[in-house]
Amino acid sequence: MNKKKLVQLENVSFQYPLETGFALRNVSFDIYEGEWLALVGHNGSGKSTLAKLLNGLQFPQEGTIKVNGMLLSEETVWETRKKIGMVFQNPDNQFVGTTVQDDVAFGLENNGIDREEMVERVKYSLEKVKMAQFLDQEPHHLSGGQKQRVAIAGVIALRPSIIILDEATSMLDPRGREEVLETVRELKENHHMTVISITHDLEEAVKADRIIVMNKGELYREGSPEDIFQMDEELVQLGLDIPFPVKMSKLLKEQGVSLSRHFLSEEELVEELWTSHYKK
Amino acid sequence: MMEKMIFGRYVPAHSLIHRMDPRSKLMIIFLFVCIVFIANNSLTYGLLAIYTLGMISLSKVPFRFIISGLKPVLWLVLFTLLLHLFLTKEGELLFQAGWFSIYEEGLRQGIFISLRFFLLILMTSILTLTTTPIEITDGLESLLHPLNKVKFPVHELALMMSISLRFIPTLMQETDKIMKAQTARGVDFSSGPIKDRVKAIIPLLIPLFVNSFKRAEELATAMEARGYRGGEGRTKYRQLSWGLKDTSMLIFLGILTALLVLFRT
Amino acid sequence: MDISLQKVEYRYQANTPFERLAIIDVSIDIPSGTFLAIIGHTGSGKSTVLQHLNALLKPTAGKVVIGDKEVTADKKQKNLKDIRQKVGIVFQFPEHQLFEETVEKDICFGPMNFGVSMEEAQRRAKVAIKQVGLSEEILSKSPFDLSGGQMRRVAIAGVLAMEPDVIVLDEPTAGLDPRGRKEIMDMFHALHKERELSTVLVTHSMEDASKYADHIVIMQKGEVYKKGTPEEIFSSPEGLMQLGLDVPEVVRFQKKIEETFHIKFSQTCLTAELLTEEIALLLKGGEQK
Repeated sequence: MNKKKLVQLENVSFQYPLETGFALRNVSFDIYEGEWLALVGHNGSGKSTLAKLLNGLQFPQEGTIKVNGMLLSEETVWETRKKIGMVFQNPDNQFVGTTVQDDVAFGLENNGIDREEMVERVKYSLEKVKMAQFLDQEPHHLSGGQKQRVAIAGVIALRPSIIILDEATSMLDPRGREEVLETVRELKENHHMTVISITHDLEEAVKADRIIVMNKGELYREGSPEDIFQMDEELVQLGLDIPFPVKMSKLLKEQGVSLSRHFLSEEELVEELWTSHYKK
Repeated sequence: MMEKMIFGRYVPAHSLIHRMDPRSKLMIIFLFVCIVFIANNSLTYGLLAIYTLGMISLSKVPFRFIISGLKPVLWLVLFTLLLHLFLTKEGELLFQAGWFSIYEEGLRQGIFISLRFFLLILMTSILTLTTTPIEITDGLESLLHPLNKVKFPVHELALMMSISLRFIPTLMQETDKIMKAQTARGVDFSSGPIKDRVKAIIPLLIPLFVNSFKRAEELATAMEARGYRGGEGRTKYRQLSWGLKDTSMLIFLGILTALLVLFRT
Repeated sequence: MDISLQKVEYRYQANTPFERLAIIDVSIDIPSGTFLAIIGHTGSGKSTVLQHLNALLKPTAGKVVIGDKEVTADKKQKNLKDIRQKVGIVFQFPEHQLFEETVEKDICFGPMNFGVSMEEAQRRAKVAIKQVGLSEEILSKSPFDLSGGQMRRVAIAGVLAMEPDVIVLDEPTAGLDPRGRKEIMDMFHALHKERELSTVLVTHSMEDASKYADHIVIMQKGEVYKKGTPEEIFSSPEGLMQLGLDVPEVVRFQKKIEETFHIKFSQTCLTAELLTEEIALLLKGGEQK
């Protein structure tokens, strides 16, 4: 891959105060411009700690994090936060404004953006997440998915190059989850946003460009979804799951149906079954 | 739970009063509270009453909202009225039955004081009925702005207020949820002796506190991630606009004040 | 214990300007020993139905029969506590209701509210903590020092210790990772079998519903849209898809195969294993042609 490295982590270790053992140990990887990277792992594998480090909410005891070539430190943290936007897990606990538009404006106000510019960016961002008609709505009248979309609007209003979803869909119902993912997908495609999604939702991970599996604070494996999901039982051992099409491919092989590989999408699997076995 | 409280709830509309700058509304209320005490006869009280009724009709808030806003304080007003009736023993004797007697001055005082109460409550509820809490906060922040010079944390205070306002409904929902969960575990919130009911509050309050702290922590993290670092260098999205209507309303209140001073005895 | 909802209607804040109809004409039978799943979107009325199962809400019309007790709009019910002891509810994010100093005290809280002695409650706490897969040592810890997953289990133990006949679960696995989800659901399924409980699972997850339930009720806009066994419900998945509801992956996959191959399997397969067999059979048949 000759893509530009946006974020570089080198030998990063982190320990929470008052806790024994490292939350992260010796983690190194790069994040490339324009990719969708899924960070997966069971609860407590260190994936959310990673998100906090990337946004400078915590600093590693060892190792370095560079964003756009700039070392992330106490001095550069506010610059970094303009480049990396975060959407957190709980839709309620990140909604600061009393109405939708106030909430989107919050980050802009913090960065001292002029009022006219703010009005424009608020409008633009809310249109992007299809929440423009809810401008004056109060948060307790919104669904979880809608609140998360407002949070995304708050992020894109600041025009970052990276958006981190820290289990942003885990408290949503299926419909809300789809809304949020659809919104992020659209941003990635049309606005060249780099997406880091921290998740244990496999359907989400399958569609990523690259997956990093975390286990007990360490980077366990890194690769394309194709590679990662060949791991099979190993994934289950790590507290994760196997996507349905992979499971199905495996079962079919056991039943003596020959397949070229384990498929990640149902369509491909059906296609293979149809062309190589039935249509003769 | 929330929905049952009608008193002081914002009623969306587009009346003149709704569109006024919250600062001018706050100033008017403040002045009104002062000048209510100037009135001391039927004429001056009459003027105040007409002014208040005028404001109500300008606000276009349905009258039943205003009346239901008065209900909770009705007892208080009645109590003051009775107190004055019984305790003031001046002027002409109007009525006597055994030890119980009513004097003219007592009746006069009682009616005036109750009226004063009503007018104050009506005016403040016009403020809350036509102004969203966040507008009131903005107005206060702007009016208190000069206090920044003496290191009074105006911005922080306003932010705290607006965040509290934003979380009130969330906490209401949460209270409801925890109450249901504990009811399912056998807690009885609504009957039994007072002692038991007070005890029943603990399983409600502790989770509520714990969850609120967790919320506060997450909120603080989210705010930091979105670049919040205090009031310095911050711009404001919400803007207040002072218009001709605001100036005129204040002038009008000034005229009323002058009339009150003129006609008081 | 049997529960039955008969033409139940519920309006929030009835007779106020804010009145809102939540459910209407809902009839559901839950005979003793059933594993019932209630499915629907957020706002479909499924949470309202849930709260009728132990009289947290009283219907504004119709009646709810819980064991030998009847709950109707106009009747004053005195012994609601009996109902609540027999019908335990595990609410969504139950860890939010923990409040005692120790795990043990928290688990004992429910049973003791229902008049169980301290000794008996402590005995039950020991049993319950093992049932949820935690060790006895945890009993003396503060619930607030535990991890999220452990807190969830402790809260569940608190409901189990009430020894209910019916257990109602509201999205019990929300926010857990895949392993945690599977462990919790397997645990409830095992309990259901061992103790011959009735279990009512309110969920968004079609996978869990098809895997664990013997009956499914689908709610839509405050009404029962469809009810039946998983096979009946998923034999015509088109309707569900139109409502924007998920169908289990297996069912979706079977439908894709059927569409591509222009065939129809003799049954609706609810497990991947069953479907694999059917496909293998089909392919063998196909190759013989």
